Amino acid sequence: MAEVLVYVDHVDGAVRKPTLELLTLARRLGEPVAVALGAGAEATAATLGEHGAVRVLTADAPEFADYLVVPKVDALQAAYDSVSPAAVLLPSSGEAKEIAARLAVRIGSGLITDAVDLEAGDEGPVATQSVFAAAYTAKSRVSKGVPVITVKPNSAQVEPSAAAGTVEALQVSFGATATGTKVVSRTPRETTGRPELTEAAIVVSGGRGVNGAENFSVIEALADSLGAAVGASRAAVDAGWYPHSNQVGQTGKSVSPQLYIASGISGAIQHRAGMQTSKTIVAINKDSEAPIFDLVDYGIVGDLFDVVPQLTDEVKARKG
Amino acid sequence: MSLRIVVCVKYVPDAAGDRQFADDHTVDRDEADGLLSELDEYAVEQALQIADDADDAEITVLTVGPEDAKDALRKALSMGADKAVHVEDDDLHGTDVAGTSLVLAKAVEKTGYDLVVCGMASTDGAMGVLPAMLAERLGVPQVTLLSEVSVEDGTVKGRRDGDAATEHLEASLPAVVSVTDQSGEARYPSFKGIMAAKKKPVESLDLSDLDIDADEVGLDGAWTAVDAVAERPARTQGTIVKDEGEGGKQLAAYLAEQKFI
Repeated sequence: MAEVLVYVDHVDGAVRKPTLELLTLARRLGEPVAVALGAGAEATAATLGEHGAVRVLTADAPEFADYLVVPKVDALQAAYDSVSPAAVLLPSSGEAKEIAARLAVRIGSGLITDAVDLEAGDEGPVATQSVFAAAYTAKSRVSKGVPVITVKPNSAQVEPSAAAGTVEALQVSFGATATGTKVVSRTPRETTGRPELTEAAIVVSGGRGVNGAENFSVIEALADSLGAAVGASRAAVDAGWYPHSNQVGQTGKSVSPQLYIASGISGAIQHRAGMQTSKTIVAINKDSEAPIFDLVDYGIVGDLFDVVPQLTDEVKARKG
Repeated sequence: MSLRIVVCVKYVPDAAGDRQFADDHTVDRDEADGLLSELDEYAVEQALQIADDADDAEITVLTVGPEDAKDALRKALSMGADKAVHVEDDDLHGTDVAGTSLVLAKAVEKTGYDLVVCGMASTDGAMGVLPAMLAERLGVPQVTLLSEVSVEDGTVKGRRDGDAATEHLEASLPAVVSVTDQSGEARYPSFKGIMAAKKKPVESLDLSDLDIDADEVGLDGAWTAVDAVAERPARTQGTIVKDEGEGGKQLAAYLAEQKFI
């Protein structure tokens, strides 16, 4: 059976959820062989094996942390050369997309980014993509070389499937360009204790109607009652009320949770582009004419400062 | 020695308008109103600021696209870029990102460069991978997804606000950078700038000028194929309730019914 390379996104050995989703999709195409790089790489093997990875190729070197992107491309290319896979899958993070891009150019392969589904086809993997602010769905495939495909979070269910997960050391030699861009300093983002925005099952977002940074506590309280991530519209981010890392929309994150709650967000195209593939959409807005209401499964026309706290209390009461 | 900056820009269908696909599944660029991609305005702006800080700099704005793509070049020139290069060739129709990165790499090399500045992504294809591909093809460092950028003594420095961490990066020139929409508002062209742009040189190049064969680009030369596109069915509006004091409770009841609580 053909092998499929899966690039592992992990933090010191803790595998992030989108990688486990990738393993589900990889199994549709062949036997997953995972590639884990950097500090803690070997510690990923147990989790990856539980989710179908037959082998886990690992490498660690200071270059992975000290220089941007290219050392990881060198390593992934080494894995590609040794495995001769049927496809290479990566998560659609900013960094992994750049790794995918450079690998694709090097091996002369077509690249598909931001797939939301993946199936085996007669002419190789068929990717589904949401395009033009999710107004269209496209079916694409790679027509030259070994397909390199990045997949968005929440595109598949995490499905445990026991496999060997045998750790093998990957031999990597870094090329001349590996040390081109130095990472002078790295400051990890402060953790909020909330789920990662793109990975969350529920997202609660606030927009212009929140009317001030201090009022975002209302949005956060609802999010915490539901175990949700917090998002913000571009208007709220541009006003400085919430960090850009939480922006949902065309130039921020694109999310596809089970439930999306938009509070005080009118629903401009810029925002819709980032959330309209959510399974269930709920909105609270004072303006009954707001375009967000065209998308919703359930909408409340009202003041979010009345509705959201009442909802939060009710959620807490129902959860006991 | 003059700092040679090349800004890569894309002419895209207006994201606020009705965007469609042509019968061959390429982006329909005839029917829609086109413009300079909003995200590339940030690249032009940062190039202008870098040039302002340099003793001597020249900004060339570069695009690959049909005749109308000149509009994007004119906008960038009116913002303050010095000259433009337009790669235009009928055989380019349907070129994918791999082919575009090849064409840009050849055009950048032909133009001569110390620094290439790109936006973080186009607003139509929205892949965000072109700067990395371009750096790979040029064999120079990539310093990408920057919210802050500066050039000093032959070194480019920048801040990358990633998902997991904020990183400060640096690389020696020549290099490829990309900047995000957090890098700073782009300036509006002044009337003087608009008038001046009309006199600025726009060089036209075709594939033969860049020693690229037609079969390396276009739909047939693409490394990816789009087999089908379909409009997403419009979401049907669900229940809309006016809050009469019980809105939060009604919403909670709905969420419970949908098993979210």
